[in-house]
Amino acid sequence: MELAFVITAVIVLGGAVAAMSLRNLVHCALCLALTFAGLAAMYLLLQAQFVAFVQLLVYVGAVAVLVVFAILLTRGDDTTHQSVFSKTSFIGISVATLALACILAAALSSYVADRLPPGKPEASVKEIGTQLMTQYVLPLEAVGLLLTAAMIGAVIIAMQERKAK
Amino acid sequence: MDIGTLLSRIFGDPDQAFVTLKHWLVDLAPPAIQPLVSIMLSIAPILGVFPLLFAITTVLERKGLGRIQNRLGPNRVGPYGWLQPVADGLKAIIKEDVVPRAADKVVHFLAPVVIVVPVLLVYAVLPVGRNMVAIDIDAGVLFFFAVGASTELAIFMAGWASRNKYSLLGAMRAIAQMISYEVPLILSAVTVVMMTGSLSTMKIVEAQGTYHGLLPDWHVFTPWGLAGFLMFMVAATAEANRSPFDIPEGESEIIAGYFVEYSGFKFALFFLGEYLGLFAASGLAITLFLGGWHAPAEWLTWVPSYVWFFTKLVLFIAMFIWVRGTLPRVRMDQLMNFAWKFMLPLALVNILAAALWRFLPVGPARWVITSVVILGAYLVLARVVGGEKHFTKREYRFAE
Amino acid sequence: MIPLHYYLVVSGLLFSIGLAGALTRRNAIMVLVGIELMLNAANLNFIAFWRYSPNPEALNGLMFAIFSIAIAAAEAAVGLALVIAIYRHYKTADVAKFDVLKG
Repeated sequence: MELAFVITAVIVLGGAVAAMSLRNLVHCALCLALTFAGLAAMYLLLQAQFVAFVQLLVYVGAVAVLVVFAILLTRGDDTTHQSVFSKTSFIGISVATLALACILAAALSSYVADRLPPGKPEASVKEIGTQLMTQYVLPLEAVGLLLTAAMIGAVIIAMQERKAK
Repeated sequence: MDIGTLLSRIFGDPDQAFVTLKHWLVDLAPPAIQPLVSIMLSIAPILGVFPLLFAITTVLERKGLGRIQNRLGPNRVGPYGWLQPVADGLKAIIKEDVVPRAADKVVHFLAPVVIVVPVLLVYAVLPVGRNMVAIDIDAGVLFFFAVGASTELAIFMAGWASRNKYSLLGAMRAIAQMISYEVPLILSAVTVVMMTGSLSTMKIVEAQGTYHGLLPDWHVFTPWGLAGFLMFMVAATAEANRSPFDIPEGESEIIAGYFVEYSGFKFALFFLGEYLGLFAASGLAITLFLGGWHAPAEWLTWVPSYVWFFTKLVLFIAMFIWVRGTLPRVRMDQLMNFAWKFMLPLALVNILAAALWRFLPVGPARWVITSVVILGAYLVLARVVGGEKHFTKREYRFAE
Repeated sequence: MIPLHYYLVVSGLLFSIGLAGALTRRNAIMVLVGIELMLNAANLNFIAFWRYSPNPEALNGLMFAIFSIAIAAAEAAVGLALVIAIYRHYKTADVAKFDVLKG
């Protein structure tokens, strides 16, 4: 189990660092897709199979493709000689390091940190479906409404405006 | 178990022959690595059988298309040309691998790999025979669609890394087409999942195992099942970039589109990935709609289950070749209109019809009501989508 | 067996990498990529805590992660549509150049 976790964690973190620091934008998008796939593998390690497949379908199959299309549609000057990081990147890095320190301090000193996993949970798809329809039906309908609104909104925002002649 | 018992067991029950063989081989291995050996023995037949089927399909397609187009196919290599795949394979391996100088080397190299690997992964959930599925995941159908969705990224990688305008254009068209047709594909599979109550492919096949009257209980012999099956096949043809939806790789349109800069073995890998995707989609259609490895009639169940699966698969391949040779290519905007304005609403109506089928009492009433709902929606949508064209009288201009 | 804090460390690192990227990159799309990484880190946290909780039958963590994935997809779509619309106006996606409201 340890080896699988180490390999998956290396893929996730390596892909994330590459996605945030590469110069070529399309390479960043592809490393992002790799990070998402690594996260799906980590969900499989945690026995959350349904979430892992949904992660692959939504993130790798849709969000990564969306990012790639957006990069291709907004290419103006892709051979800039300036750095890809802003001039005030030092402040950003220090804020992120501070956030990391807080999170790690909270996580490692907590009383739940040393927990070992209990027996295998029964997260069958039938169970998830039943709960979605009984206990979580209100969030389900709200998410449906949200997705419809987001779809219509995205199309309207990105549509070419008709020139009023 | 010694060889004698093994042979008697295999010939006594030919349906479970491969399962028995696998169990015998796993028992031979030392207990420490038995899980690993078991997994390898599940994977190796997939890696052996389906590429072999791909090789046979290439020759079958060329000869079939040749006959449809009133010419002979390849008939030089081997008896009547049946050893052509060997010649093609050798040519692909020994050809020089040309990479454009301006191409993005890493992405250009990885694109064929990223196409072939997910396509091979989805074969793990297809039940090829009784008790013959590589893994029985609780969410098998979702695994199929999730892993199949990563093919789009690979096509983009291939098209962009070649630094070629035609490649990029072909890749963008291919991705737009694949994303558009993924929605009716998944929605038509959702009806089957809804009626069976499970996402596991084994359970879906088992739910179609009974025989009532003349026809078996396959999903394709119900109104919603037939509509779903037809939509699934159309969407699968478009997903695999196969004629009549092969704008992204049409040779007469944009010179092979996103894999124009690939030569030799990488081109062969793209070809392999496309055909394997076709077989996988056919396999899923057989699992969802055509009863998987079940025989069509009760008195035919003595034939082994894997024979039925592969017979149905070969029939699907023949149908794909037939459609490729017969129908003209669909234009890009016609394609997108068809997906979003016709197939998506029809798929939603199909889900409604399946729900009606479930809740109406058993008898001729539910057949009539469900068929009327589906046919009515089909006619209305065909009028709405097809009625937008107004053909004026054709005018001819002759050279003076 | 892997104790819980291994997953929490990975999730924290992923969150801070996303935060660093969102705060320092110049391209607007990269900022959105950083936000997606942060959302994924939170999802990983939820799933890890669900798995290691004394009552995994409640499926709370799974449900939260599923809804979070759906909402993140919607937010990515709208965010990228906004970037495309802004690019059409400014002809660049560099966040340092969107300064018309300054001063």
